Order: sequence, then C-alpha cells, then structure tokens
Amino acid sequence: MKGDLELMNLIDAYLKGELAGSELSDFEQKRISDPSFDLKVVEHQNFILNLSEYGSRVKLSSDMNVIHESLDIQAIKDEVAPEAPRVIRLWKKYRISTAIAATVALIAVSGTLLSTGYFSKSISTNVNLLRREINSIKRSQNALIKNINDKPAKGPSDPGEYGGTGFALSSNGYVVTNFHVIKGADSVYVQNSGGESFKVKLIYIDPAYDLAVLQITDPGFEKLASLPYTFKKAASDVGEDVFTIGFPRDEQVLGKGYVSAKNGFAGDTVAYQVSIPVNPGNSGGPLLDNLGNVIGIINGKQALLDGAAFAIKSSYILKSIEAIPQDSLDEKLVVNKRNTLAGLSRKEQFKKLEPYIYMVKVY
Amino acid sequence: MKKELKSSAPADSEIVLGILNDSKETLSRLYTSYFPMVLQLVLKNNGNEDDAKDVFQESIIVLYNKVKGGNFELNSKLKTFLYSVCRRLWLKRLNEQSKTRRNIQDFSDIIAVEDDLEKHEEKDRQFEMMELALNQLGEPCKTIIEDYYIQNRSMQEICEKFGYTNADNAKTQKYKCLQRLKKLFFQT
Repeated sequence: MKGDLELMNLIDAYLKGELAGSELSDFEQKRISDPSFDLKVVEHQNFILNLSEYGSRVKLSSDMNVIHESLDIQAIKDEVAPEAPRVIRLWKKYRISTAIAATVALIAVSGTLLSTGYFSKSISTNVNLLRREINSIKRSQNALIKNINDKPAKGPSDPGEYGGTGFALSSNGYVVTNFHVIKGADSVYVQNSGGESFKVKLIYIDPAYDLAVLQITDPGFEKLASLPYTFKKAASDVGEDVFTIGFPRDEQVLGKGYVSAKNGFAGDTVAYQVSIPVNPGNSGGPLLDNLGNVIGIINGKQALLDGAAFAIKSSYILKSIEAIPQDSLDEKLVVNKRNTLAGLSRKEQFKKLEPYIYMVKVY
Repeated sequence: MKKELKSSAPADSEIVLGILNDSKETLSRLYTSYFPMVLQLVLKNNGNEDDAKDVFQESIIVLYNKVKGGNFELNSKLKTFLYSVCRRLWLKRLNEQSKTRRNIQDFSDIIAVEDDLEKHEEKDRQFEMMELALNQLGEPCKTIIEDYYIQNRSMQEICEKFGYTNADNAKTQKYKCLQRLKKLFFQT
C-alpha cells in the first residue's frame, strides 16, 4: 500500500515532468525492464489524460457559454430566420402603398358622394328601409302628406303646413281623412274644389286604422246635395278597376288603377294594395270602383317601390262611423245608401264627385 | 431561398492553430462566425435557439477533440465540417424526438463525418462517466483531484489551500482520492 502510494506519486511527478537527472533515467530504465511497471504507468497516464480531457471540455463549455451570452441571439435570429411566407412578405413590402391607395380611394369615393349630395338625400330612405327589414312591425310607408309650404294658397288666410285629401261621409258636413294627415294639428281646415275653406273640428280618430272623422263647423258651410257614392261593405277582389281623386297639388287629380293585392304592406289585412299613381297629398282620398262605391281610403305607398299604394278598406270606415257615439254628435251622421254614379262614364263620375272631395289643410 | 450569411470568417489554418494554443480569441471568433449558420439550420428544421446552441457547442467539442487528438488533416473547409457535424447531430435528435424519419433542409455542402462522430460518442461516454464519478466522489476529493490534475496546481498550493500540515499528507490524501475515483469510474 505504502509502496503503491509512492509509486503513484512518482508516476505523477514523471508525467508532470518534475523528475530530473538520475531519477528520470532510473524511472525510464525501470519502464523498459519491468513491463508490469510500464503497464501501470500507461494505465495511470490514460486515466489522467481522460481526466484532463474532461477538464478541458468543461472549460471549453464554460468558455462557449460566456461567448454565447455575449451574442445578440435575437439579431442573429432575425438575420437567418426562416423567411416569412410569400403573402406576409408581400404585405410587408407593399403595406404602405396599400395604405396610401386605400386612403386615396376612400377620399375619392367619399368626395364624390359628398359632392353629388349622396349623403344629404338618400340616407333617410335607406334608414327607413333598413328599419323595416330589421323590425317588421314598423311600417315603411310614406305618408302621402303633401308639404304645401312652398306654394302659397290663393284666397283663404295662411297656407296650411301640411295637406291631404278628405271626402264627405254625409251631406251634413262630416268628412273622413287619414289620421296621419291631421296628426299633431293645431287647427284643420278643408277646402272644396271651388276654393272655399271651412273650419272643421275633430270628431273621432282611430290611429290603428289610420282614420279620422272631421265635422265642418264653419257657419259659411251649406249642406251638400245627397252623396252620389256609397260605402262597400264587402271586400273587393284583386283585379278590380279603381280610381281615386286627391289633392297632390292645389287641384283635384284623378288617378286610375286596380286592386293588386288583398292585403296591404307586410300582410296588413286592414288595407288593400293598389296599383295606382299616388303622390304626397293623396292621403285620405277615396278609392272608388267603377260603379262608384267607395272601397277604401288611400293612406300610403311603399317606399322605394313603384306602383304599390295602400288603401284602408271601406269596411273599417264603416266600423269607425259605428264606433262614434251618436249621442255626442250635433248632427246625425247617416251613411248614404244610394249610389247615383253607377253606369256613368268616368268624366261624369268625376264631375259628380268633385264637390264632395276636400283638400285638408293642417296648421 | 438560401440566404447568404455575410460574416468575415477567419482563415481555417489560423483557427486550427488557435485551438492548439487554447486561444480564447480563436474560440470567440469561431463561435461568432459559425453560430448563425447553425442557428439557421436548426431554426429551419423545427428547432429553437437553445437546440442550436446545444448542437453547435457539441460540434465545437468534436472539432477541438479532433484537432487536439493530433494528426489532424484539414481535408475540407472548417465551415463544411462544422455544418456536417451539426446536421448529423440535429438529425439524430429529431429522430429521437419522433418516430417518423425526418429529413433535413440543407443550406450548405456536407461531408461524411460518421467516423468523427463515432469517436465523439465514445469520448462523450467517457466524459459522462467521469462527470458522474467526480460528482460521486464528493468534497474535498473532487477539488483536490481537479486542482492537481486539471488545473495543474502544485502539491504545495493544494497543501496550503486545504490546510494540510505537510505535502506528504496532501499527497496521501490525493492518492486516496484518486484510487476512489478510479474505482468509481471503472465500476460504472
């Protein structure tokens, strides 16, 4: 054991080159003469080599780690990073140009729309339509109220703010029109074809059916001759020729058409759909068939759609009349039962109807 | 698609000389010159920068062992050698990770490095065995052995460091430690 320890120390000293002179020559001599000694030296040498290789590798690794820490890995990564897919590269390359092009396009489009007055005129209609689509309860009907503000009426006092049409229910001064025509009115006047204006008072309104019954209270009003038309109780068939008279301007205008559907807007059973030319101001006008029966009252037309006007069915007018408590009326409201228009030509019918149809002026 | 890496690589012969002289500067230049190439290889082939670091450092160890092992012949560019080693190492790792065989997308020429890697594996095994043995050895034996055989400190220094009364005591201690280390090393 002791000898082994000394031997190892000797070999260590030899390997480190610490031996000199006679010690070294003795040592080398012994290696040559004693193979088992030589084997021990080689064994030890290999092990020490192994150990020092271990040491240098540990050192190398730590040195490399120091170098690695000092590198800007992210920068290198960016330089060598796998190239982004084609689309992303194109986007990176052209995004500024794209942004500029998009901006120019946006400015050009909005500029054009602005200069042509696109925003000012059509947005409200679009909104109406939109609202109708989203919320089908809301009826997108254009109330056919004519704004007569721009044209001063001749004769009687101030021009009305809004206008519509109404027609006589009886000879003693009851007139029916649409609720929306007189809605929010301070005072309402009616004007006959002769240009005479009469003050009326509101007798009855029925917002659900868009109906209003007025009574002429003006002392200057003279009783009319008995009505030439009657009110049809039954529903009219699709295809029936009809006509209407109204005040889309300051004069009575005759419009001709036919019943195009049994129900009104969005399946509204209160109204017919009528294919007839109507304009703002026609609201409240009577819708008559060829025989001169009132089958309805014009109340609207569909926005953005041609030839789809709507008329409240005459049976609802009769219901409204029945709903008016007769006791509260100054004069009895008796609905005419005799028709004197049947068989007449349209010209003669128009002439006979003229005095019973009023322009309703709302202030 | 291939992106040329522009970095002024040092001359191969300089590096070999530097390695033999244990020059830190050479290691630094070697590292900074060729790490990007390996990073590119690994990143492009489903790896991250840590993988690249491991693979690259291993390849440098292979190179050092090869150069220091003597009779080193430079029969290809160092760059090609390092690239080939890294490629093999990374391919091996990829195959260990998944059962399916993968192939690798190349950026550079490759040379056959199988022999070098076989040697490296052998050395690697020995390295691990030595590491394990040294760790099992415990203190102060580990430090004494490392100081004497790796740091090449003299017995006198060690004697002072550990507070042995004389060099003979230290030598005895070193001898015992070495015997234990050998035992640990060869039994594993």
